[in-house]
Amino acid sequence: MREPTRGPFDAAPPRVAVRLLPAVSVVLASLVTTWPFIASFPFLPPLGLMMLLAWRLSRADIFAIWAPLPLGFFDDLVSGQPLGNAMLLWTLCFFMIDLIDQRLVFRDFWQDWLIATGSIGFCLIAGRLIAAPLGAHVDTVLLLQIVISAMLFPLVARLCAWLDRKRQGS
Amino acid sequence: MAPSRNRRPGFSRRAQYSQFLAYVLAVAGALIGAVLLALSTLDPPAFAALRSTVAVVTTPVSSGISAIGRGIAAIPASISDHFAVRQENAALRKELAANQAMLMRARTLSYDNRRLQALLRIRERTATPVIAARLVSSSASSTRRFAVLNAGSWYGVKPGQPVRGPDGLIGRVLETGPNTARVLLLSDPESIVPVRRTRDGLPALAAGRGDGLLDIRSASLANVGFEPGDVFVTSGIGGIYAPNIPVARVLKRARDTALARTFAQPDTLDFALVQQVFMPDVATAAAPAP
Repeated sequence: MREPTRGPFDAAPPRVAVRLLPAVSVVLASLVTTWPFIASFPFLPPLGLMMLLAWRLSRADIFAIWAPLPLGFFDDLVSGQPLGNAMLLWTLCFFMIDLIDQRLVFRDFWQDWLIATGSIGFCLIAGRLIAAPLGAHVDTVLLLQIVISAMLFPLVARLCAWLDRKRQGS
Repeated sequence: MAPSRNRRPGFSRRAQYSQFLAYVLAVAGALIGAVLLALSTLDPPAFAALRSTVAVVTTPVSSGISAIGRGIAAIPASISDHFAVRQENAALRKELAANQAMLMRARTLSYDNRRLQALLRIRERTATPVIAARLVSSSASSTRRFAVLNAGSWYGVKPGQPVRGPDGLIGRVLETGPNTARVLLLSDPESIVPVRRTRDGLPALAAGRGDGLLDIRSASLANVGFEPGDVFVTSGIGGIYAPNIPVARVLKRARDTALARTFAQPDTLDFALVQQVFMPDVATAAAPAP
C-alpha cells in the first residue's frame, strides 16, 4: 500500500535511531549480565524486563504487543535461563498489562509500580521453577532479588522518562 | 494520568487488520517460546550454538572491562610494592643463604623419592592443563550458576573438561564457542561432584545448592557424622575430575548431609585453569595396589 504523502505542515517522521532507542535500551539493560563479576547467588535484578516494563507502562504506544518476543529471545541468550523462558513470560506480562489497560484506564505511578512488581515477581518465580530443580535452596535469595527489583523499579522508570524526553527533544 | 491508549484503531480497515495481526503474532510467538522452552529443558545444550554466537561478541567486551578493573586494582599494590622492594631485597638475601642448606637436603630427598617410586613403579597420571584463562562474567540474574570463560574451542577447550582455580575446583565446561566457554559452577543446583574426605577417605557427593554453598552427602554408609572443618577433595570417581583437587570445607556439624563452603571463590581477577578430562586407565589404576 502506498504511504500517504507528507503535507508541508505535517511533523517529520521520527528518525530510525529515535524509533529504535527504546528497544536498544532494553537490549543494553539485558547485557548488564556481561559485566565482569562472578555472582555466587542471584542478586542482579532482571534489568531488561524492568526496562521493558518501564517503557510499556509509561508510553503504551512505543512497543507493539509482539515486541517482547525478540527482546526476550535476546535476553535468554545472555541471561543463563533456558531459551524461550523470557520469550514466553515477558509476552504473558504484556498480555496481562494489556488487559489491565482496559480495566484501569486512569493510573498513577503507584499503580504502575504495583503492576511492574507483580510482573517482575511472576517472571522471576516462574523462571526459577523452570530453570532450577525444586530442591534448590534459592527461594530466600529469590525473594530478596524480587524485593531489590521492586525497589529499583522507580529508578529505571525515571531513566526511561529521561530517555523519552531526550528522544522527543531530538 | 491521561488514558494510556485509545485502543480502537478507528474506521481504517488497514489499522484494524494490523492490530489484529499483531495479536496473532504475539500469541503465536508465545506458543513458540513455550515450545523452545520445553525443548531446552529436555535437552539443555540444544541452543548452545546461538548462545555462543552472542558470547563471541560479549566476552571480549567483558574481558576488556575486567582487564581495566584489574589495572585499577593493581595501582595501589604496585605503589606499595615499589617502596617495599628495598627492604624485601635485604630480607630475601638472608633467606637465600639460609635456604641453601635446606635445598641440598631437599635435592637428596627428591633423588631418594624418585628412586623409590621407580622401585614401586607408581605411575602418576597428572592432569595436564589445557589453558589458563579467566572467568569474565556470570549469570547474576538467574537462579542457575553459570560463568563465562574467555577461552574456547580455538584453544582446545571442550565440553566436560574440569576447571580449577588456584585454591580448588571451580566447575566444569558445559558449552564452548570459538573464543568462549560456559562453565557450570560447583554451586549450581544441578552440579554434582564425587568427593572424599581427606581424613579417612569417606566417599561423598558434593551437590550445589544454588545459594553459593554446597551440600555434602555421604555416599556409602548411613549415619555418618560430619564435623566442621572436614576437608573434601575430588575422588577421581566418574573420570571427569582428577583426584585430590580441594573442593569444600564443612561448615556445621551434621549427620549424612552437611553444609559446606567451596575453597575456590571464582573471581574475575584470578586465573582459572582448564584441565583435560581425567580418565583413569583401568589397567594402570589397578597395578599399584599391593
